[in-house]
Amino acid sequence: MALLEVNDLKTYFQTDDGIVKAVDGVSFSVEKGKTLGIVGESGSGKSVTCLTIMGLNDRKNTITSGEALFNGENLLTAGSRRLREIRGNDMAMIFQDPMTSLNPVHSIGTQLIEAVQLHRDVSKKAARARAVELLKAVGIPRAERRADDYPHQFSGGMRQRVMIAMALVNDPDLLIADEPTTALDVTTQAQIMLLLTNLQEEFGSAIIVITHDLGVVAESADDVLVMYAAEVAEQAPVEKLFRRPFHPYTWGLLGSLPRLDTDLERLVQIPGQPPSLLRPPNGCRFHPRCPYVMDKCKQIDPPLVPISDDPAHLQACHLDETTKDREAAKLLETTMAQAI
Amino acid sequence: MIRYLIRRVLWAIVLFVVVTLVTYVIFFLVPNDLAAKVAGQGSSQEARARAIHHLGLDRPVYVQYGKFMWALVKPVPVHVGSVPVFVRPQGNLGYSYIRATPVNELIKSAAPVTGSLVFGGVIVWLLIALPIGILSALRPRSVMDRASMTFVLVGISAHPIWIGLIFAYVFGFRLGWFPISNYCNFFNHAGGCGGPVQWAYHLILPWITYAILFAALYARMIRANVMEAMTEDYVRTARAKGAPEQRVLRSHVLRNALLPVVTMLGMDIGVGLGGAVFTETIYNLPGLGKLILRAIGETDLPIVMGVVVFATFAIIVFNLIIDLLYAWIDPRIRLS
Repeated sequence: MALLEVNDLKTYFQTDDGIVKAVDGVSFSVEKGKTLGIVGESGSGKSVTCLTIMGLNDRKNTITSGEALFNGENLLTAGSRRLREIRGNDMAMIFQDPMTSLNPVHSIGTQLIEAVQLHRDVSKKAARARAVELLKAVGIPRAERRADDYPHQFSGGMRQRVMIAMALVNDPDLLIADEPTTALDVTTQAQIMLLLTNLQEEFGSAIIVITHDLGVVAESADDVLVMYAAEVAEQAPVEKLFRRPFHPYTWGLLGSLPRLDTDLERLVQIPGQPPSLLRPPNGCRFHPRCPYVMDKCKQIDPPLVPISDDPAHLQACHLDETTKDREAAKLLETTMAQAI
Repeated sequence: MIRYLIRRVLWAIVLFVVVTLVTYVIFFLVPNDLAAKVAGQGSSQEARARAIHHLGLDRPVYVQYGKFMWALVKPVPVHVGSVPVFVRPQGNLGYSYIRATPVNELIKSAAPVTGSLVFGGVIVWLLIALPIGILSALRPRSVMDRASMTFVLVGISAHPIWIGLIFAYVFGFRLGWFPISNYCNFFNHAGGCGGPVQWAYHLILPWITYAILFAALYARMIRANVMEAMTEDYVRTARAKGAPEQRVLRSHVLRNALLPVVTMLGMDIGVGLGGAVFTETIYNLPGLGKLILRAIGETDLPIVMGVVVFATFAIIVFNLIIDLLYAWIDPRIRLS
């Protein structure tokens, strides 16, 4: 049994302008100890998918359907008390912006101790010992003393380490990292990703990494989910996705990676903008931006189906496979993806 | 910290000089017939001239101001036993032109009245504003929220004089629940009534009257702050840790949302201690507001100056207290 199995997850928000379909029929699963990367542009529904699983969306104005089975238990129908037991204990989350994700008026020690004591009936002293242990594990120097410091006394990278320590303090089965490196500078990004990978080996947690950075996915993920406009465009084990990408949107993402070996005036970009989730386009949601668009694409939304010779590689596109193989090969010749 | 304190104190001195100087100058720009008031109606020219000379009003303004300031800040040694240990400012505010009583005495008897009104009022308005502000922030657009915001609108729009008169009429006169006027001393029975019970009983209507405007302003401010804090990332973090809503609110939302309220409180207490003129007038409370109002009417400069000095001092002191308190509760300020 998979640790987390999400089936046909839908999250709709009621707004004054109408219903925003932020997540529209997403399915995936995460195995114990594995890493799933969710990739997509801003507003593609990556974060909302995970917030829904955590039960952190505002309950008012949110309509959720489908299933999110965590150790066999459907989180979408679980009561709020049960969800609180799971959150921070079996399943933890770190967020994009470490500068604002820690409470400025409590010392980081206090915030970690709170995380421990919410789920464990232990003394403050024991909770503190555990907190310091985790701060050491994430590489905070002089952790014993720094536990009494306040968030503003740490740099962005150090704060994200603190967030990771806080998430792992109760040894969760699943860690959701929502763009954990986006707000950090490049060298720190690499350190944080390395830290996550190392800690995964040590703690054995499964990880979902949400990112728009294909580099992050290539380095850390076992499986990849490419999301576009609230739907899954392509889903595959990481090496397959990079060796043989099968969706024009994935090509677009790969094609827009910066390259070091040619003198391009500017980066290649996917033309147009992500569609409004209030009124998504008919048919395939990518068709207004797709260079391979056919008449069919404007009518029928392609289902997510396995490619003919690989049941683990799913994609949602009407284009025939011969063309795709040819285009994918052409793309890989000219992009950095080869290097990866 | 020390440098910060020194800077604050220097600023306070500048502020103090400016405020007193401006008050002094305004007083001499306003046309008045002080001599007639001091010497009495129908007094002779000669008597009036003598009175003016006696009060020093025939000297240039800057001399008068200098003498006033000197009486105030002149260092006098403080003795422990017979040994002078340190010096303190003399703090002499002079004598009333009209009554010839020491201004210090007048302030000393009026300040506790205003203090009782203001501090009691602060408690009343916080008791109203905190629950209203927090609850309506938690349920925006609910019936409760709309009712609260209606109260806020009324509270801000209705003038304290009007509220005071209505309250005095309804609860004092018609229903007879509370006394309409006068003040009872907290400690002694001077002047007919006294003791904590009578003191509070006589102050209930003034407290509520004084508090309503502030309760409305604070409820609105607390609501906005709490709503903003609820959307902060660290609140989401707290929920992601599995903290129950109540704990999220208490430990993460309120602690941050109420920081600006503390600042406001310091300012408003300081200003209030200068005299709650409207409330004191309606309920006939012998506080600083009534004192300065009468003194202005009689162009009794020393009393006006006395109250201004006291109010300025109160504002400066309370702002300093709040700054220190703020540094204590907000680690970002304390440690930077």
